[in-house]
Amino acid sequence: MSKVRVLVGTKKGAFILTADGKREKWTVSGPHFAGWEIYHMKGSPASPNRIYASQTSGWFGQVIQRSDDGGKTWIQPGTPPGESTTGPGGMPKGESNKFVYDTSAETGKALTTHQWYDGTQHPWEFKRVWHIEPSLTEPDVVYAGVEDAAIFRSKDGGKSWQELAGLRGHGTGPKWQPGAGGMCLHTIIHDPSKPERMVIAISAAGAFRTDDGGKTWKPINKGLHSQYIPDPAAEVGHCVHHIAMNADRPNVLFMKKHWDVMRSDDAGDNWKEVSGNLPTDFGFVIDVHAHEPETVYVIPIKSDGEHYVHEGKLRVYRSRTGGNEWEPLTKGLPQKDCYVNVLRDALAVDSLDKCGVYFGTTGGQVYCSANAGNSWKAIVRDLPAVLSVEVQTL
Amino acid sequence: MTGSPGKIRIILPPHLRGLAHVKGEISLDVAGTPTVRSVLDALEATYPMLQGTIRDHVTQQRRPFLRFFACEEDLSHESPDTPLPDAVVSGKEPLVILGAIAGG
Repeated sequence: MSKVRVLVGTKKGAFILTADGKREKWTVSGPHFAGWEIYHMKGSPASPNRIYASQTSGWFGQVIQRSDDGGKTWIQPGTPPGESTTGPGGMPKGESNKFVYDTSAETGKALTTHQWYDGTQHPWEFKRVWHIEPSLTEPDVVYAGVEDAAIFRSKDGGKSWQELAGLRGHGTGPKWQPGAGGMCLHTIIHDPSKPERMVIAISAAGAFRTDDGGKTWKPINKGLHSQYIPDPAAEVGHCVHHIAMNADRPNVLFMKKHWDVMRSDDAGDNWKEVSGNLPTDFGFVIDVHAHEPETVYVIPIKSDGEHYVHEGKLRVYRSRTGGNEWEPLTKGLPQKDCYVNVLRDALAVDSLDKCGVYFGTTGGQVYCSANAGNSWKAIVRDLPAVLSVEVQTL
Repeated sequence: MTGSPGKIRIILPPHLRGLAHVKGEISLDVAGTPTVRSVLDALEATYPMLQGTIRDHVTQQRRPFLRFFACEEDLSHESPDTPLPDAVVSGKEPLVILGAIAGG
């Protein structure tokens, strides 16, 4: 029987939740990296027991961790004294923590400035890894989306990282600006039908696409409309919160913008709003059913000034029509006195039949629906605030 | 507590002790005149997982929420090449790397 492994990053450590295909009885392991912020963990599709984790701290900076046994043990970026400075598979030492913008003449771009909160220009400064996206086909290849916004790639299993500088340096950087959470590159999507294509998103710059493996990038924000910037239809400057794709239909993308739910049918070249009847179209998460590419999930949040769910009710909204027509999914979710948030990387789907849907809240609950959203149960209720949720179907 | 002659005693914050797989104090040989820079160089050479966690990978500047203390003095704003106090060099006192008390 298939099983699922849910990777949960929290404000104070990582947790791994496992169950068989029924998704009823769960085993919880953790906290791993206790006390550290785990922004994101993700397994390699090509080698599922390989998991990468972004461990970070405002005090101590960035650490990359890797497991090759499904999260039972982790290789830290270094080793105890007296032991080899590389672990099994060559992983890593201090170099694996090292994210340095590429300013070389050969492959890099000059380290310019971006717009700061007060409108002045501010130099690019590395702060943390928000999102890790392993290659679909090569276990040793993995991408990292970082703050201040840039994309890095490792070809050696996380041991060393190189910036794909064409994104940061393609020309609009001075118009990028940090959202409330920082100027982060938080979404990386591989197109399984076009290995050279990736879509990324930055808050607050917008979405970008490469069709040549990361050498060159172009903004893909046509159709976005953001009232909070001087030119609401600008080429860049939009606060994109997340983007999702169904792998069987990679040209169709769904976007959760700061406000608005958007849809593109041409890989991001053009977008149209599909917020429809949502009670509020602010929010962070969006994902697509594993087997039904027109079935989309969002969790509306009241507003950008009130980062909690609308009306004290935790409701997942599902559209079976690719947007515009949304139905609230409430069975098993608190419908009064609930004031949690669900952050941008904290919603995921498995690929079982029926499709499982998972999300984590800032109140420390991780919910699972084993029937595509029709009903929900809390796997755990009292974790630290959840930053990210990913699911592996094994 | 007094360390071994010629060795510098270092106290790390708990999270960095966890990352380095050590408990309690660290005691290190440091070549030449011990300074904050030379002690951190020796520390990172022995515990490479600490690279980037105390000082920035690129600028080598102290991370903002960390401080260096010794002999009840804050050395954080001293030049990293200032010789450490005699009591630290002799092993009588440790160099303390301290995380800011922050967060409520």
